[in-house]
Amino acid sequence: MTDPRSDTPKLANMSLARRAFNIRRLAIRMGQVQGQGYLGQALGIADVLAVSYFHALTYRPEDPYWEGRDRFLMSNGHYAIALYSALIEAGVIGEDELETYGSDDSRLPMSGMASYTPGMEISGGSLGQGLTIAVGMALGLKRKKSSAKVYILFSDGELDEGATWEAAMQATHKKLDNLIAIVDVNNQQADGPAKEISAIEPIAPKFEAFGWFAQRVDGNDLDALVEAYDVARSDPQPRPRIVIADTKMCKGVPFLEARDKSHFINIAPAEWQQAIDILDAGRPA
Amino acid sequence: MSAIRHLRHARKPAAAGKGLKTSAMIASIAAEGQKTRSAPFGHALVELAKTRPEIVGLTADLSKYTDLHIFAHAHPDRFYQMGMAEQVLMGASAGLALEGFMPFATTYAVFAARRAYDFICLAIAEENLNVKICCALPGLTTGYGPSHQATDDLAIFRAMPNLVVIDPCDANEIEQAVPAIAAHDGPVYMRLLRGNVPIVLDGYDYKFEIGKAKLLRDGADVLFVSTGLMTMRVLEAAEALAADRVSAAVLHVSTIKPLDVETIRRECARAGRLVVVAENHTICGGLGEAVAADLTRSGVRTAFRQIALPDQFLDAGALPTLHDRYGISTSAIVASVKGWL
Ligand SMILES: Cc1ncc(C[n+]2csc(CCOP(=O)(O)OP(=O)(O)O)c2C)c(N)n1
Ligand SMILES: [Mg+2]
Repeated sequence: MTDPRSDTPKLANMSLARRAFNIRRLAIRMGQVQGQGYLGQALGIADVLAVSYFHALTYRPEDPYWEGRDRFLMSNGHYAIALYSALIEAGVIGEDELETYGSDDSRLPMSGMASYTPGMEISGGSLGQGLTIAVGMALGLKRKKSSAKVYILFSDGELDEGATWEAAMQATHKKLDNLIAIVDVNNQQADGPAKEISAIEPIAPKFEAFGWFAQRVDGNDLDALVEAYDVARSDPQPRPRIVIADTKMCKGVPFLEARDKSHFINIAPAEWQQAIDILDAGRPA
Repeated sequence: MSAIRHLRHARKPAAAGKGLKTSAMIASIAAEGQKTRSAPFGHALVELAKTRPEIVGLTADLSKYTDLHIFAHAHPDRFYQMGMAEQVLMGASAGLALEGFMPFATTYAVFAARRAYDFICLAIAEENLNVKICCALPGLTTGYGPSHQATDDLAIFRAMPNLVVIDPCDANEIEQAVPAIAAHDGPVYMRLLRGNVPIVLDGYDYKFEIGKAKLLRDGADVLFVSTGLMTMRVLEAAEALAADRVSAAVLHVSTIKPLDVETIRRECARAGRLVVVAENHTICGGLGEAVAADLTRSGVRTAFRQIALPDQFLDAGALPTLHDRYGISTSAIVASVKGWL
C-alpha cells in the first residue's frame, strides 16, 4: 500500500457484526433520550454504516477534517441519529454526548447539519441536494490530485427529486470514478411505500443507463456489502459507482420489524428498554 | 481550506441532562389546554370539493403532513401523489390549471419557496393560473433547523407578481380562507397550520376576506399590526399588557399581498400609538418592511417597531425555547413592548 493516507489507525479488530450491533444500540439509546427519532431508518442502515466506517473509509477520528480523509456525505438529514451513532462508534464524537440528542443547544440535532456536528460533512434535510454536492467535492478532490473518495448516502425517496438525476448525469459526464453513492432502499417515504409513490424501479438499470457502475445488494448482509464496496472501489472504468442497498426498517428488533411500516415509527416509553434488551440478547462477538 | 471548516465547529458539546426538550418535527403550536380543531385545511377542502368538481389535490410526498390526506381519503380519484418532487408538483399544477382544473398543491413552505420557486414564478404566476399553493411549517414552526424553517417565504412570495399571499392565524381562519381562495381567480400562496390547530378568532366575530385587514381589538397606547400565528400571540400579549395598564389594539393582516394599505394607514395614523408589526418571519422583506415602506411612501408618521425573526439561520431546538430566544413568544413580545414604551 503506497496510499499516503494509510497511516490511519485500523479500526477493524472488532467484527463488523459487532460494530453494526453497537451502532444500533447507540441509536436506540439516543432515541430513548427524546422518546422519538427516526429509529426505523437507523436500525435499517446500521449495517451500511458499519461497513462504511469500519471497512471502507479512511479517516482520523481525532481529526475529522483531516485533508486526506474519505468524505462520507449524508444527504438524508433525518437519518442523523444513525450517523451520530456511527460517529460515536468511530470515536469522532464522545459517547456521553448522546444524552443531549435533540435537546436545546446540542451538537446532535434531530436533523443533521454540518455546522453542528464534527464529522457531518454536509447539511442534509432538504432532500435531493446531497448528490449535487458530492459531485462538486469529487471534482474538487480531483483538482487537488487527492486520492480520497466521496461516499454519499441518500434515500430512495430522493430518487424522486430531479436534482438527483441531474447530478447523476454530470457525475458520468465528468468521469467521477472517485464517487461512490449508496442509496438506502427501505421502500419507505413520508406518505407510504416508496414504490407506491413513484416509479423508482428498476433502480440499477436506471443508473446504468446514466453511465454508472451499479450493484444491488441486501443492505443488511454485511458480507454482501463488503464485497459490493470492494468491487465498487476497484472498478477500473472512469465512471461513478452506486451500491443500491435494500434494507429492512427496524432491522434487529423483531417486534419493531413487525410493526406497520411508517416514516416515523412510534415507540412507547417502555419499548425502548425492551428494544435494547432484545438486541443485547443477540450481541455478536 | 480546512481552516474555514473548523471555524464552523466552534460549538461546544452541550452538557447532558439539562433541559432535555424535544425538537420534534411536528411540535404543536397549540398551548396546553388551548381549544383546537384537527386538520382544518383538509376538512374544509373536502367540503368545498363536493360542490367544486374542478378541484384536485396534489402533494409532493407530504399529504399526511399537510392535512391533504383527508382530501385524498375522501376524493381518491381527485388526488395526485407527485412524489417528493416539488418542481414537478408545481409544474404539473400549472398543467392541470391550463386544462381547466383548480389544483390545491401542498408541501412544506421551505420547499415551495426555495426548491420550486422558479416553477411557481414562471409556470404559475406569470400566466396567472388558478393554482392554490398551501404549505405547512411556515416561519419558525419546527425545531429542525434551517432546512425546514421557512423564515423567508413571505419575502420570497411577496416579490412575485400576480400571487395572492395569505398567512392565516388559526383553524377558524383557515376554514374560511379555503373557499375564499378558491373563489379568487388566480394563483394563491397560503401558509398552513396543520394537525391540531388552535382556535382563536371564534370570539371575535371574525370574517376573513382576501385583501382586508381586520381590527380585532382597539387600544390607545400600542397598535399591533400582525399576521399568521403572531396574531394569536399579540392578542395574548395585549391581555397581559392590559394588566399593566397598557392599552393595545390588534390589527390582523392575514393577506400579505395585496396589502390593505388603506386600513393600515388609517390605523397607523391615529396619534399617540406605538406601531408594532409582528410576524412569524425574518425581519427582511415581510409584513413589517411592507408596512414601513407604505407608511413612508404615503407620509404617515408614527413610532414603529418590529417583532420578527432575526436575519440569521436559526437554531435547532424545542419550539418554545426558540420562540423565546428569537422574541416571538407571548412573554418575549410583552417584554419587548414594555421596553419600547
Ligand atoms: C426537498 C424535500 N422535500 C420534502 C421533504 C420532507 N420529507 C422529509 S423525509 C421525507 C421522505 C423522503 O423519503 P425517504 O428519505 O426515503 O424517507 P424514509 O425512508 O426515511 O421514510 C420527506 C418527503 C424534505 N425533507 N425535503
Ligand atoms: Mg426511504
